[in-house]
Amino acid sequence: MSEAVQAAPLGGGPLSKEEPGPRTTRSGPARVALVGNPNTGKTALFNALTGSRQKVANYAGVTVERKEGFLTTPSGRSLSILDLPGTYSLRARSPDEAVTRDAVLGRLEGEAEPDAVVAVADATNLRLVLRLILELKAVGRPMVLALNMYDIAQRQGLRIDLEGLQRELGCPIVTTVATRKRGIAELTAKVDELIASGALSTENVWHEPSATEIRGAHREAQRILKAYVRPPEHPDTVTGRVDAVLLHPAAGLAILFALLFLMFQAVFTWAAPLMDGIDASFAWLGAFVGQVLPDGLIKDFIADGVIAGVGSVLVFLPQILILFFFIILLEDFGYMARAAFLMDKIMGGAGLHGRAFIPLLSSFACAIPGIMAARVIDQKRDRMTTILVAPLMTCSARIPVYTLIISAFIPNETVGPGLSLQGLVMFGLYAAGILSALAVSFVIRKVFWRGAVEPFLMELPTYKLPSYESVFRNLLLRAQIFLSRAGRIILPLMVAVWALSTFPGAPAGATQPAIDYSFAGMIGHAIQPVFAPIGFNWQMVVALIPGFAAREVAVAALGTVYAVGDAETNVGALGARLAEQWSLATGLSFLAWYIFAPQCAATLGVVKRETNSWGWTAVMFFYMVALAYLTSFIVYRVAVSMGGG
Amino acid sequence: MHELLAGQTVAVDAGLTRLSHARPGDRGVIADVRADHASGHGVDVHELERRLLEFGFVEGAAFEVLHQGLFGADPIAVKVDDMRVALRRRDAEDVWVRLGSK
Repeated sequence: MSEAVQAAPLGGGPLSKEEPGPRTTRSGPARVALVGNPNTGKTALFNALTGSRQKVANYAGVTVERKEGFLTTPSGRSLSILDLPGTYSLRARSPDEAVTRDAVLGRLEGEAEPDAVVAVADATNLRLVLRLILELKAVGRPMVLALNMYDIAQRQGLRIDLEGLQRELGCPIVTTVATRKRGIAELTAKVDELIASGALSTENVWHEPSATEIRGAHREAQRILKAYVRPPEHPDTVTGRVDAVLLHPAAGLAILFALLFLMFQAVFTWAAPLMDGIDASFAWLGAFVGQVLPDGLIKDFIADGVIAGVGSVLVFLPQILILFFFIILLEDFGYMARAAFLMDKIMGGAGLHGRAFIPLLSSFACAIPGIMAARVIDQKRDRMTTILVAPLMTCSARIPVYTLIISAFIPNETVGPGLSLQGLVMFGLYAAGILSALAVSFVIRKVFWRGAVEPFLMELPTYKLPSYESVFRNLLLRAQIFLSRAGRIILPLMVAVWALSTFPGAPAGATQPAIDYSFAGMIGHAIQPVFAPIGFNWQMVVALIPGFAAREVAVAALGTVYAVGDAETNVGALGARLAEQWSLATGLSFLAWYIFAPQCAATLGVVKRETNSWGWTAVMFFYMVALAYLTSFIVYRVAVSMGGG
Repeated sequence: MHELLAGQTVAVDAGLTRLSHARPGDRGVIADVRADHASGHGVDVHELERRLLEFGFVEGAAFEVLHQGLFGADPIAVKVDDMRVALRRRDAEDVWVRLGSK
């Protein structure tokens, strides 16, 4: 019925220049790709089509998520639906958009070209999608246009001549309201019909458009709009009115900070009981295994290696879920782009993108959700810079270490009304983290990006009420991604750290704690000379090795090497012991080390996962070690020269 | 094609001003988009021009400046035809507009 069908060449001809060969030789479900502008409800449509039959993976070699879902049409045909990243043009600018382009063109490694394309459009904003459709037509795959959010268009009194537009574009059009599952059956039927009719691709004549061609496409889109779409009688005024408040230069910033304060509070306080619960259940599980299994290596491995390792990964989950709950909600509502707008100038001074604000703020709770949240930044360089500096933000795992050292070395004095010296030092440590993050991002831009600042162009989407289902699904997806992927890297690292601190065991009649005789102990002794210039003794260096699993583990490890039992709950005793054993200069040097040192295997694992590069992970590791060493050296030397040695 | 228009002649046209100089409330029509500010965008000038075009900054489009940031009045939020776009003033330098009350 559509022209796409009539225009198709006869009988199983080649599909395109890139991928010759008749389609019939491929087995499995027919492949349908969802393509559309950002903020068109494409993912809602994907959810409505496939329900829970979804599967998320990564595209080969890139960190872009590959979301595939399945459905069976009433006629019994099985379809595989690919939800491609939103884009304004096939002329890709970000890794996400490149995936969309390559998937549509059938250039993606390990992916066959789609049998049909569903172009998803926001019915209230057709101008943009028309240009994308013109590009998709050049690609030549059989296509259906889904005019989504059609209810809003109707409410606005927008009149679309569907018949005429269908004729003009040469592809069938279905109107949908994905969030209410309206038009889904019709869309499925249309896709089914298109595939059943054997509609074939026409020759792919797409190429990257030049500026002149983009202008031409604009004119063409303008002509089509004028001919088939009558402007809305009651255009949306809500977005304008909401923006008058939320983007107000002063009030907007105040609201943003209030929102962030709430988020920050939630991440810290709502997550705490859950995290305690997870900690407690894994401690119980470890103890239970300890009772059931006979003493020996297997018990140690299962209780201290595997169970403790899994626990140390899982314990991050509540914070990640709460944080992403807010992020997804704000993103779906359309606020995220506004937050980026408000913060852009402040972040931009240090060479960061406005959108870097949320990930960096999240990193005060934990760098892991922060680094994952950097996905909201679509420019690769800006995203990389954000990931690289995120661990400099003072995460909650540093707090136990800071508390221990401050209580041991900083006198509990007041230095002014309501100002304690200890509190001031704590504040200084936080400030040092923030300032160094800004400084490092400035340097990264100079060194790696040669001072270049990417253009900052961002759509401020129309405000929409988020749908519960999509928020819930997205949240589930985050949890799944964190557990399956990060876990695969973090867990082995945890087990490795356990092994290093366990083997070989203490000889019979040993007088020192067992960790002294382990590989961690040996490494600690061996590399202690390297740490001597910054005032670290060998006990400290040994504690740093298990402390690599997670920062707060260093407190327990110091307890082990100084043979203070139950150090985590008995901070006072350990603090007193450290105050006897370390000089003030050493204590301060240790604090300085903890501001910068990459003492967190989990963070490194997530950085590897998110950047998909050991190279960038190494860059982060080494710059942080270098900063930590340098700062500790200066702090130690200055303190010694002032009599603190 | 734009090189032929010799930037000077257009700049002399009293009716045209750079979008980067516009203030909230200013509205009118986009007259010319040509990237000639070469330095420091991290992309070449033609790429910047294409990006501006893709976000709807195209000759003939109606625009209205809606908001600006608190510090340095940067970035700005602009309504271009039916779409709202945020951009930094430095990236808006290459968009020449004709102000009008419309």
